[in-house]
Amino acid sequence: MLVLVPAVTFEIKNVRLCIIDKDMTQESRGLIGKLTGSTFFKVTFATFSETEANNLLHRNKFDLILNIPSGFGKDLVTGKPGKLMTTIDAINSSTAQLSWAYLNGVIRDYNMNILTNNFNTIPVATAPQIQITNRYWYNEMLNYKHYMLPGILGILVTAIGFLLAGLNMVKEKEVGTIEQINVTPVRKYQFIIAKMVPFFIFGMIDLAIGLLLGRLAFNIPFVGSISLLFMCAAIFMIAVLGLALFISTFSGTQQQYMFIAFFCMIIFILMSGIFTPFESMPRWAQDFNLINPVAYLMRINRMVMLKGSTIHDISREIYSLIVIAICFTTLAVRRYRKTA
Amino acid sequence: MKDSVISVKNLVKKFGSFIANDNLNFEVFEGEIFGFLGANGAGKTTTIRILSGLSEPTSGEVIIAGFDAKKQAEKIKRNIGYMCQKFSLYEDLTVKENITLYGGIYGMSRELIRARTNELLDRLRFHEYENRIIADLPLGLRQKLAFSVAILHDPKIVFLDEPTGGVDPITRRQFWEMIYETAARGITVFVTTHYMDEAEYCDRISIMSEGKIVALDTPENLKKQYDVDSIEKVFIKIARPVNN
Repeated sequence: MLVLVPAVTFEIKNVRLCIIDKDMTQESRGLIGKLTGSTFFKVTFATFSETEANNLLHRNKFDLILNIPSGFGKDLVTGKPGKLMTTIDAINSSTAQLSWAYLNGVIRDYNMNILTNNFNTIPVATAPQIQITNRYWYNEMLNYKHYMLPGILGILVTAIGFLLAGLNMVKEKEVGTIEQINVTPVRKYQFIIAKMVPFFIFGMIDLAIGLLLGRLAFNIPFVGSISLLFMCAAIFMIAVLGLALFISTFSGTQQQYMFIAFFCMIIFILMSGIFTPFESMPRWAQDFNLINPVAYLMRINRMVMLKGSTIHDISREIYSLIVIAICFTTLAVRRYRKTA
Repeated sequence: MKDSVISVKNLVKKFGSFIANDNLNFEVFEGEIFGFLGANGAGKTTTIRILSGLSEPTSGEVIIAGFDAKKQAEKIKRNIGYMCQKFSLYEDLTVKENITLYGGIYGMSRELIRARTNELLDRLRFHEYENRIIADLPLGLRQKLAFSVAILHDPKIVFLDEPTGGVDPITRRQFWEMIYETAARGITVFVTTHYMDEAEYCDRISIMSEGKIVALDTPENLKKQYDVDSIEKVFIKIARPVNN
């Protein structure tokens, strides 16, 4: 978790910038100075040749080209709009959009400076402007770590339940101990519950350690009720364990189980809304998430930890998880055969 | 005549078109040591799995300890013990933990489990091993332990599927002493083996070949019938498939 949380951040720092400054005036240098001063950009290259810049962009030497045409400074001083051109390596579209947005921010800032500096010399339309002030609720600093940590915690709990419990069951088949169990009068539900309990406990301990680490290492806020979070995680654990054991009933070998389990897990996690907002998924994906326990856990984790949601706020999620848990566990018990 | 504890009538088990058990009929009586012989692939394991409730017969009637294998499989399970050729105690649990686990599964009380555990460890002279994990024990000791665990809950019948496979001659002898003690306690022993000297120790033996029972009698009678001096010779005469 210590590794993952900082690694999955969407924040961008050190965008490698190439500058083609054909203007070479005080104005263009001022803009470059502003860009260099920002933590987001690092000017790694400067040239006068567009071809060279394009070639190097192609070879991934930098992420963004800022082309300042000659006459930029003159235009600004004479009051005409200054023109700039940027080329962005958009292989990763979200990085590209973000760097563009940052760049825009810096340029806008620079614009304001020019306006105020030249206030007396150039007549500016000083009509009253609407100033928008944003306030981000629940994660005011837009700290990605705060957003990702509850999600990563969910993944860790999922992985424990999903992989360990199922593998354990399939291993019994491989070793043959399950035969010895099957000749005893033990009841099917007793066996399934016995297979769930240890991994349930592991999962809860894992969650506790994760929360503690999040607190110590990333100073994650915990607004809501810890016991509510644990209660939801407990229901979730039962659902995941039920599904894992259900899958294990039709896997003969550990490899087979791993294959199916990984497939399910990746789908569940990618669709859960950990990286991409649930609301922007297509309709069918949202429908699928009705049976995706990980999706509910993601929402619950974030709502409880960051927003301080109470049991009433997340009652729909809790009920859904309970239904899923009951279904998967029942399936596991029914599918498990003592007699071939 | 003693009471019959296993009664099999017209038992057939098919896997697709392959007939593993072809119309078996036999009875096993209380307290008997019943040897179940046959070449590899003759269908012994299939039969033993049906008798112990791990597999369902395709057709036929199987009565174990007074219960019908088709309708009362779970009741049968309370009354039988089973030990298979694949070693099947939990290797990463200790001797004591394994005994406690199986005692618990059969619903024995804590006191009874403790008493039986001590008794069992005494009998096997196993006290020095009680806290060792199974994976650390030599095969012979493991098999003896597995057998003891299979009869921990005092079943009416115990099924042993090649219990002495790969075990040294001394341990095998000790193992058979355990089988005799068990039979003397009134527990019926149903055992499959490939060792013909072991077959001689049985009260009665049956020999299977290609899914059918081709001989069933006491070792003495079989030797007389085929006019040979050992069960091994009887076995070679009748159990070898024709095309070999």
